[in-house]
Amino acid sequence: MTIALPALGVPRKHKIDLSWPILILFAALLCVLIILPMSWLFYYSLVDRSGAFTLGNFETLVTDPVFVAPLITTLILATSSSIICCVFAAPMGWLVARTDIPLRRTVRALVTASFVTPPFLGAIAWELLAAPNSGLLNKIYRAITGAPQDEHLFNIYSLPGLIFVISCYTFPYVFVLLANALDRIPGDLEDASSILGGRTWTTARRVTIPLALPALLAGALVAFLQAMTLFGSPAILAIPAGFHTMTTKIWSLFNYPPKPELAAAASVPLLVLTVVLLRAEALILGRRGYSVVGGKQGDPRLIRLGGIKWVALAFVFVILTCPVFFPYGALLNATFSRVATSFVTFDNFTLHNIHFVFFELSATKLAVKNTFLLGVASATVGTLMALVIAYLTTRRAIRGYRALGFLATAPVAIPGIVLGVGLFLSYARPPLVLYGTLWILLLAFVTIALPAAYQQLQSAFRSVHTDLEDASRILGSTRLRTLRDITAPLLRTSVIATWCFIFVGVIRELSAAIMLFTSETKVISVLIFDLNESGDLGAISVLGLIMLAITFAVVIAVNRIPGFGAARLRNT
Amino acid sequence: MTKLRFSRRNVLKASTAVAAGAVVARIGAPMRPAQAQARTVVAEPITPTLIEAAKKEGKLAFYTAMDLAFAQRLAKTFEERFSGITVRVERSGAERIFTRIGQEYGGNIHAVDVVNTADQAHCIVWKRNGWLASYLPEEVAKYFEPKYYDPDGLHVTTRILVSPLAYNTNLVKPEEAPKSFADLLDPKWAGKLVKAHPAYSGTIMNATFQIARELGWDYFEKLAKQRVLQVQSATDTPKKIALGERAVMVDGAGYLVIRYKEEGQPVEIVYPQEGTPLATGPSAVFKAAPNPNAARLFQNWMHSREAQQFLVDWARQYSPHQQTAEKAGLRKLSEIKLMREDAESVESMSEDIKTRYARIFKV
Repeated sequence: MTIALPALGVPRKHKIDLSWPILILFAALLCVLIILPMSWLFYYSLVDRSGAFTLGNFETLVTDPVFVAPLITTLILATSSSIICCVFAAPMGWLVARTDIPLRRTVRALVTASFVTPPFLGAIAWELLAAPNSGLLNKIYRAITGAPQDEHLFNIYSLPGLIFVISCYTFPYVFVLLANALDRIPGDLEDASSILGGRTWTTARRVTIPLALPALLAGALVAFLQAMTLFGSPAILAIPAGFHTMTTKIWSLFNYPPKPELAAAASVPLLVLTVVLLRAEALILGRRGYSVVGGKQGDPRLIRLGGIKWVALAFVFVILTCPVFFPYGALLNATFSRVATSFVTFDNFTLHNIHFVFFELSATKLAVKNTFLLGVASATVGTLMALVIAYLTTRRAIRGYRALGFLATAPVAIPGIVLGVGLFLSYARPPLVLYGTLWILLLAFVTIALPAAYQQLQSAFRSVHTDLEDASRILGSTRLRTLRDITAPLLRTSVIATWCFIFVGVIRELSAAIMLFTSETKVISVLIFDLNESGDLGAISVLGLIMLAITFAVVIAVNRIPGFGAARLRNT
Repeated sequence: MTKLRFSRRNVLKASTAVAAGAVVARIGAPMRPAQAQARTVVAEPITPTLIEAAKKEGKLAFYTAMDLAFAQRLAKTFEERFSGITVRVERSGAERIFTRIGQEYGGNIHAVDVVNTADQAHCIVWKRNGWLASYLPEEVAKYFEPKYYDPDGLHVTTRILVSPLAYNTNLVKPEEAPKSFADLLDPKWAGKLVKAHPAYSGTIMNATFQIARELGWDYFEKLAKQRVLQVQSATDTPKKIALGERAVMVDGAGYLVIRYKEEGQPVEIVYPQEGTPLATGPSAVFKAAPNPNAARLFQNWMHSREAQQFLVDWARQYSPHQQTAEKAGLRKLSEIKLMREDAESVESMSEDIKTRYARIFKV
């Protein structure tokens, strides 16, 4: 029996509920962030120098061999990379997630290492290793086989060389998607198959693989998109070899005198292709996931490999030499060697490169400062935005939340360099001139990081039940206060993981930064790229190692320091 | 106005005047005879007031196309000489710097104080845009030939570069080394050449223009078939042959080859028989410089005997300062067969050159 009690105390003061304005503000911000640059991009692609409407830009794109060749090269590049990634990452993912191969955690850590290594730094390191005449590996080959000076085993300045380097640094995407999917397959299904008499291979073929196939396809598509939109590696390896890819071509169109109309037109195929592939991925994955349907489920049973586990381990480590061991070794070698492509010996050892970067190169301090500032700012703003937007969409707090969710994931369809072009065209002109400030870089980095952050936080939100929030609202708190006091602390580990993910992503970003920087807003990635154009390999190695050190420090801190809840940095 | 009578005498007078004018204008271009163009600006020495004002500003942005190690060393020497002024060196290829300054000024960003480029054509454009400040250092007026500075003091030639051939002595014997541009077309050099890009480097823009003028564009068409390694910077080609990555460099910064040779690296320079391309590297102070006094101090100091001697001794470049002492090991400029520089033509043809080059070399 309920008793009606008289109202206690003073009637509650009605504070202004800031929830709605803030929520609308975020929605508006999102629109500006994404729709504005893209509209300018489309505008420029459809006008000529004088501003009149024309389809001439697109016509040039399809008829002029100067543009058609890079487009074909890009498609070949992306397809080959994607296939190679799948061929190597799939067995690796299966071995790590489903078998009792030793050193599983080390392997995962090394894959994380290759994931956070900037692809352009890997490309430079591979230049040191596999340049046809001066590369370290080729020197070893000639020393061992006694081949003449002219012969080489590897030529990194070629299309296969470029495909190889790109695959090295996109395979983590496939690996992670596949390993995560395989982690989640309930053991019950495989147990059932075993009970019914299926052997290991039959179980794998008829149960595990079909369940993992969607993830593999998704991984292949992601790898394709990544390979297609990379700028740094092609600029470093393709141009010396004498060919362009779409991204380097777009960038070259901004050399004086700039041709923004052609650059915008050249960006459109990349954009369209990305959107089409993402739709295809959504269609393929569709409702078929591997989502858990209630009830208790067993842990996946690890397959015993027996004797071949050492062979398998060797296989995995051989693969990992390509993105991790060899390149890092080459960078370390070049740091301490007087000649970047000679092995460090007693009379070759020098600390000059380190001294040069820290005490002579005037751009270092500024670049490091800018990178840190932008990293922290982008991570904070990005996490905040992703948090609010994820809340809005998972809790269906406002009308049109679906559109908001779509906009939050839309930037994944925009290649980095295309976004750079769009932002340049939007903000290098009045009324709002952000070009030349760190703000434009902040916009770019936040836009690029938003989709992944949003997805991470969205899945985190789904794991928090609404009861707690409902209780808070019933007791009279506003949505925003609920979010701040109840939900956010519960999501602390995910929020921190997202923050670090964005921070790491910002440090290695080059494609957008290369379009938007000026001399005062240089970041480390652009500085390394500049130094590569002038051939200062020693300085590049030192800066590259600094970059990697900062990245690893952040990643390890997130995973180890208590209080951060030992959050696992899940790569999406 | 009285009607002009088209008598034979008047027509003859008029056409002679026009022809004479055309001839004078043709000759007028890069070499300016001292008597034809009177210096309109007062030469300024380094005064304590200037130093004080510069130190108050405390910093300076120097955009340069010099080799990075040299640029940083120069900046450091300046910082040691005038303590309290930090120099931020922004180094990239001259064409790239030109693009960036254009982009920055287009977005109303005035970050650059002093620029040093390797392409005189840039100064023509900047002068036309009215971006340069008139400032003529005293030592320039006293010790530089008039052809090395603008009569309005808008820019001064800081260094003179040549773009010769060079080869790695471990990979190529001196008797087999190429002696001319034509030699490079020999099939034995296929896959062994490295070359820089005119869309990045001012030295190479000049070299490309001059080679195209002397040897024709089909020289480049034939060269492209030699599977040349295409790098960007003129300072990268000497590094690539020093590393042994390629055997011969087609163009690049000759001064770096000399410096590396004197450091003991296995490189040797070759001055091609058809003539060596020449580029003068002018410097200028910008009108809208954020640190105008520091800029003027740096411009002044950079052309003083002290700094120019450093240029000769450490960087192994040619100096226009008449009081610098030559250091043995570098062939005199007067003893090299040089190609003729032509800044006006480069300025008007630069887009054309870049497009044509990109079509031939595919990048």
